[in-house]
Amino acid sequence: MTGELGQLALCFALALSLVMAAGGLLGARDNALTARRIAHGATMGMLVFVVLAFGVLTYGFVVSDFSIAAVASNSHTLKPLIYKISGVWGNHEGSMLLWVLVLSFYAALVAGLNRGGDHLTSAALGVQGLLAAAFLLFILFTSNPFLRLDPAPFEGAGLNPLLQDFGLAVHPPMLYAGYVGLSASFSYAAAALIVGGAAQSDSWARAARPFMLLAWIALTCGIALGSWWAYYELGWGGFWFWDPVENASLMPWLVATALLHSALATEKSGAFRTWSLLLAIAGFSMSLIGTFLVRSGVLSSVHAFASDPTRGFFIMVLIFCAIGGALALFAWRAPTLKGGEAFEPVSRETTLLLNNVFLVAACAAVFVGTLYPLTLDAITGEKISVGPPYYAATFAPIFFALLLLVPLGPRLGWRRGNLKDAMRTLYPALGLALVAAALVLLVASPRFLTGTCAFAVAGWLIGASAIDLFKRKGARASAFAAALAHAGLGVTLMGVAGTTLWRSEALTVMGPGETMTVGPYTLRFDGVTAEQGPNYRASRAHIALMDGANVKTMMTPEQRIYPAEGQDTSDTAIHTTGFTDLYLALGDDRGGGRWTLRAYVSPLAPFIWLGALVMAAGGLLSLWGRLRLRSAVPSAAVQPAE
Amino acid sequence: MTPKKRRRLFFAIALVAAGVVLAAGIIYQLGQNTQYFRSPSDVAAKMIQPGVAFRLGGLVQDKSVQHGDGAQVRFIVTDGKGSVPVSYDGVLPALFREGQGVVTLGALNETGTFVASEVLAKHDEKYMPPEVVDALKRSGRWNEGAGQ
Repeated sequence: MTGELGQLALCFALALSLVMAAGGLLGARDNALTARRIAHGATMGMLVFVVLAFGVLTYGFVVSDFSIAAVASNSHTLKPLIYKISGVWGNHEGSMLLWVLVLSFYAALVAGLNRGGDHLTSAALGVQGLLAAAFLLFILFTSNPFLRLDPAPFEGAGLNPLLQDFGLAVHPPMLYAGYVGLSASFSYAAAALIVGGAAQSDSWARAARPFMLLAWIALTCGIALGSWWAYYELGWGGFWFWDPVENASLMPWLVATALLHSALATEKSGAFRTWSLLLAIAGFSMSLIGTFLVRSGVLSSVHAFASDPTRGFFIMVLIFCAIGGALALFAWRAPTLKGGEAFEPVSRETTLLLNNVFLVAACAAVFVGTLYPLTLDAITGEKISVGPPYYAATFAPIFFALLLLVPLGPRLGWRRGNLKDAMRTLYPALGLALVAAALVLLVASPRFLTGTCAFAVAGWLIGASAIDLFKRKGARASAFAAALAHAGLGVTLMGVAGTTLWRSEALTVMGPGETMTVGPYTLRFDGVTAEQGPNYRASRAHIALMDGANVKTMMTPEQRIYPAEGQDTSDTAIHTTGFTDLYLALGDDRGGGRWTLRAYVSPLAPFIWLGALVMAAGGLLSLWGRLRLRSAVPSAAVQPAE
Repeated sequence: MTPKKRRRLFFAIALVAAGVVLAAGIIYQLGQNTQYFRSPSDVAAKMIQPGVAFRLGGLVQDKSVQHGDGAQVRFIVTDGKGSVPVSYDGVLPALFREGQGVVTLGALNETGTFVASEVLAKHDEKYMPPEVVDALKRSGRWNEGAGQ
């Protein structure tokens, strides 16, 4: 019965989303208080039913109810509980349900944070209701997670072992929280265009800011988790492969970062009014396109669940309507918006403009590199791939130029800034940059110009942030938040430069008792044992990391075979000092107890993810400052004039 | 022209110029960094020059895998019509098997051996690289029912 309960809940949610859309859009008129109240009620109701449906599906996975098709084809009784639960979104149907669940949460947050209910919030809820309705229709008609199997099989088909991993259990919800979070700023931007009027054109940026921040934090963490997973699970020692699937998550992040900066200018000085609206639309469009690319099976990867053409077609129509509708609205309303006040060439606005130019250019480079092979295949049938060197030649220099400018922005005043004064406060950062460059030249070998520049820029960023964090007493939370996020960029940059330029690699076939060296490490191979996991068999290598004649620590990389799924995976072993990773992956059996072993020494690898954490912390601090400000000034600052 | 207008015009020109530079850079780099996918029969038919990097995909021919010194390995990639010998110095992916799909990255040497710098195998039993499926379909070796 439970499956039908979930189905019923989805139908109720669909009905409520339509009520929410109608109530919200009608409530955007003056004095339509009843419609607004109805939209709020419907939003909360929809959340309840979507949570119920999601709960039912999760229950089906936990108790292994194989009469539900999605459970039967993606679960297995022997799977550990955590992977039974993560299996809920480890398939197409469940992941779409997760998408709608996150969408409902954001809608409820929009409603909950604006209990008074103004024109703008009402219209935003209306747009959010339309989006929810479209995705619920998609689920009910093309990807029903509650479809029954009769007769029910005795055992499930299992989940792709690559996905049976803690990082990947958390990665999709995190990434979705980011993707879908951009729907809230999209809805607010559309609402500002629907309601019209000068007052709304700036207040939407303020109202949508907490959601932009939330989405950005989640995207940052989601991308970092994905890259961390690729690092330790795929066994290649790399952290980013410029795979189209990775790019699909990077593009919304780039646009969201641009939006965070331009919306700030819109809010503070009315600059970039129309541009911010366009970015908010573009941000969610990138999320939708990313979802389409990843889920429709156009790209082949662990992420491609749906290879059913009706689904791809439905998503394409949905994307077309959402993006097209929003752009039409924009074309109709944007000309009525007044241009912002003029600003001097040396001002904070100019730096934010450059920030946006660089970020959008970087996004364009990634977009072209990702879609060109698909387009060429569709037109000529020629199969090509665009390799990492393309991104190294386009994305990297654009981003580098952006990073050089970062410390300047917060030091220039709105409308008119003073470059000399700004530079004067930055002398210590400049010093740190030179010290960092000199250190790299002294310590690291071989010497790389790019590496030296990267560390100089990292020193420049971190130095400037340190000045902000320690010197500017009494500054607001937002200034600290920006400093923290910018410092995180510097930390990640060091990690990226360290691992890509100075990684050493060794590859050998070893028999028991033999030793090898990689970088400064000596490793002794102590043989391979057969192990039995809950739902896999493993060949586990025992490798001693030596310290002179003593064993410092034992490392155990594995090859795993999952019989239920008929797949092999490699489980790497990583020994980290916090600064350097020693990374081992077990290769194939060469007979006679001899195995191939791949070892990497990746300097500063942990910094890549540490920096992402620092960035996310900056985002959280900014969000906290916002929400505190909001609760301190309940009405005047937050709600636009009624 | 007022100073404000002049400044706007300057901004607009600068933006357009930046856009042109960006577009030119992207197009040039795309041309430099695309790698074509070739099946073994393409390699025979298209007279690919030694040293030109491309991706070679097909099935690993049965009983063709030979391990050399250290991590050296040689095998033959086939699509039924043509076949190309491949040499590779590295760890093979966990799912590398004789008789199954593979995509390799590298270039031909003077003797017609494909020297691979990377070997990618499929993620799982059910999955086959779409390029390989396509290549096999073209050479008539693909069986829709059995493969999916």
